Amino acid sequence: MNPMKTGSISAAFAHAKGERRALLIGYLPAGFPTLDESIELVQAMCDGGVDLIEVGLPYSDPLMDGPVIQQAVDQALTNGATPKSVLTVIKAVADRGVVPVVMSYWNPIEQFGVENFARELHQAGGVGVITPDLTIEEGQPWIAAAALHDVDPIFLVAPSSTNERIAKICHDTRGFVYAASTMGVTGARDQVSNMAPELVARVRQCTDLPIAVGLGVSNGIQAAEIAKYADGVIVGSAFVKAANAGGVNAVRELAQELAQGVRHGG
Amino acid sequence: MTTSEVEREIVIGGHFGPYGGRFVPEALTSALDQLDEAFHSAIADPEFAIQLSGLERDYTGRPSPLTRAWRFGEYCNDAHVYFKREDLNHTGSHKINNALGQVLLAQRMGKTRVIAETGAGQHGVATATAAALLGLECAVYMGEEDTRRQALNVARMKLLGAEVISVTNGSRTLKDAINEAMRDWVASVDSTHYVLGTVTGPSPFPEMVRHFHSVIGRESREQILAVEGRLPDAVAACVGGGSNAMGLFSGFIDDLSVQLRGYEAGGDGVETGRHAARFSAGSPGVLHGARTYVMQDKWGQTIPSHSISAGLDYPGVGPEHAWLHDTGRAIYEPVNDSEAMDAFALCSRTEGIIPAIETAHGLAGVIRLGKELGSDSVIILNLSGRGDKDVATAARWFGIELEHSESGISIELAEGR
Repeated sequence: MNPMKTGSISAAFAHAKGERRALLIGYLPAGFPTLDESIELVQAMCDGGVDLIEVGLPYSDPLMDGPVIQQAVDQALTNGATPKSVLTVIKAVADRGVVPVVMSYWNPIEQFGVENFARELHQAGGVGVITPDLTIEEGQPWIAAAALHDVDPIFLVAPSSTNERIAKICHDTRGFVYAASTMGVTGARDQVSNMAPELVARVRQCTDLPIAVGLGVSNGIQAAEIAKYADGVIVGSAFVKAANAGGVNAVRELAQELAQGVRHGG
Repeated sequence: MTTSEVEREIVIGGHFGPYGGRFVPEALTSALDQLDEAFHSAIADPEFAIQLSGLERDYTGRPSPLTRAWRFGEYCNDAHVYFKREDLNHTGSHKINNALGQVLLAQRMGKTRVIAETGAGQHGVATATAAALLGLECAVYMGEEDTRRQALNVARMKLLGAEVISVTNGSRTLKDAINEAMRDWVASVDSTHYVLGTVTGPSPFPEMVRHFHSVIGRESREQILAVEGRLPDAVAACVGGGSNAMGLFSGFIDDLSVQLRGYEAGGDGVETGRHAARFSAGSPGVLHGARTYVMQDKWGQTIPSHSISAGLDYPGVGPEHAWLHDTGRAIYEPVNDSEAMDAFALCSRTEGIIPAIETAHGLAGVIRLGKELGSDSVIILNLSGRGDKDVATAARWFGIELEHSESGISIELAEGR
């Protein structure tokens, strides 16, 4: 496997690094509010300058998510979103030349079939999967299946993770390490937690992989702040809020603001 | 499968065969590791055992009696039916066993706040009680639908000084209360212990909650040997998450001659889709931190459960039950709302014991068991809770008018239900 091939996560981070800036990562759930509209929304994210898109797989019990994303995925499920919708949105992102990954709780992937999911995702152009409730201990079958189909398994680290655990997580993670900035669920916050720089520093000790910071980031100023010490900035709930408030235009404008932000951190 | 095989599987890394484990956000992993360590060090510490057994004796009122249900037994093919009277515990159900154990543990870990989820409200009341006793702050998450069904218990929790947080997302029942409690815990784990109320959730909860309820099985075993001079043919319990059943089963799991029988909520009937029959109509999946049997659609989305009993209205089940089911060591059957309510009425009128509606599912199972096992058989049912909290629901079911008159409530049971 060529780690730097075009369209891969590592290539995207390397490109951003070449421009002396952080990578901008945006999240929206597939099928929110409907499948067609969710495609338009992710395209607006692409057009606004998002480098990598996390396409959320809507799940009935998202225990890592705050109210904004909960309501969005409920709406998506009510409107019939399935893992197939996710694959459709993934393909739309890949077609725009932007790197697509999936964000999914574990049970939908297990029920889809671990290997089938990795294969179909790869065929649709998806290059990675973030699994917020899969521990590396339980994740070994997934890690093997993902490797087989050239999909990066992306795990999270948290401020409460011990250095020993961070080392284990970095060992099994591919693409980038997702650093949860705070102890809590998803949702825009006025201030990004001051635990994030310390966590990123601890992760740096363990790995050469790029590190992206998420949870609570909502504007360009925060993005710039994070870009000073992290390789990527992840924004989720703020995009959902923008979509609710002003549809594709608001999503594109937020993406533009954040894209400016990640260019002013260095 | 031999006993030693069962035991060995149970202890490996928080798994029960392929079930259990930990499917949680990374933020909770270190808290679960700490909890696991604190739990094992506590149960190895004689001081902790003395503290807990002292509370069980002087506060809960243990040991709970084992009552021969003579008249109810006549409707069970004259089987020797015994009730393990967890309804006589302080707070009215088995839930206090686990709540005291975990709140003591929380105190030992230096936590100042506990949170809990509750369905029927019994676990919420038990946790609020233990928190009041030991001086910890307490918040209880409860689905909005359940706060309506179990208004009495909401009032009890508030009187005990707990904050009751009504959960308005999802199906507004126990499943959603667990989601909210988990979300609280991720953000508050430094100061807060999550007193999970049943044998579900990520490791070490299933093992820990079973441990704190194992007193039920230990006492039952001694008591039945004293009165019958032999082991029972079967032990039975209702199964929501499965804590009262695991407590009773754990005393007999190594006695392979003793059948373990669990009764889950069949709701309107398994064929209607409105039920909580995880073993009859669910399949292995991951919910709330563990792999177990789950009611889910083909895409892995949780299907909302339904039961007249708030405490059994849950789409998942403890992972150890999943393993006992797969290995054949325990047998699980659904009991519909109407069959449970018939047993509820029968128990009330033959034994003078108004059971919780959860427990009534087990009572219905015992009627079936008596027919199956014969008139000389010995059966223990975990009478897991009393029915005070269910009076309004039962009154509606039986068409009893609740008159708020000076003379109290006039009761006339509608025939034929």
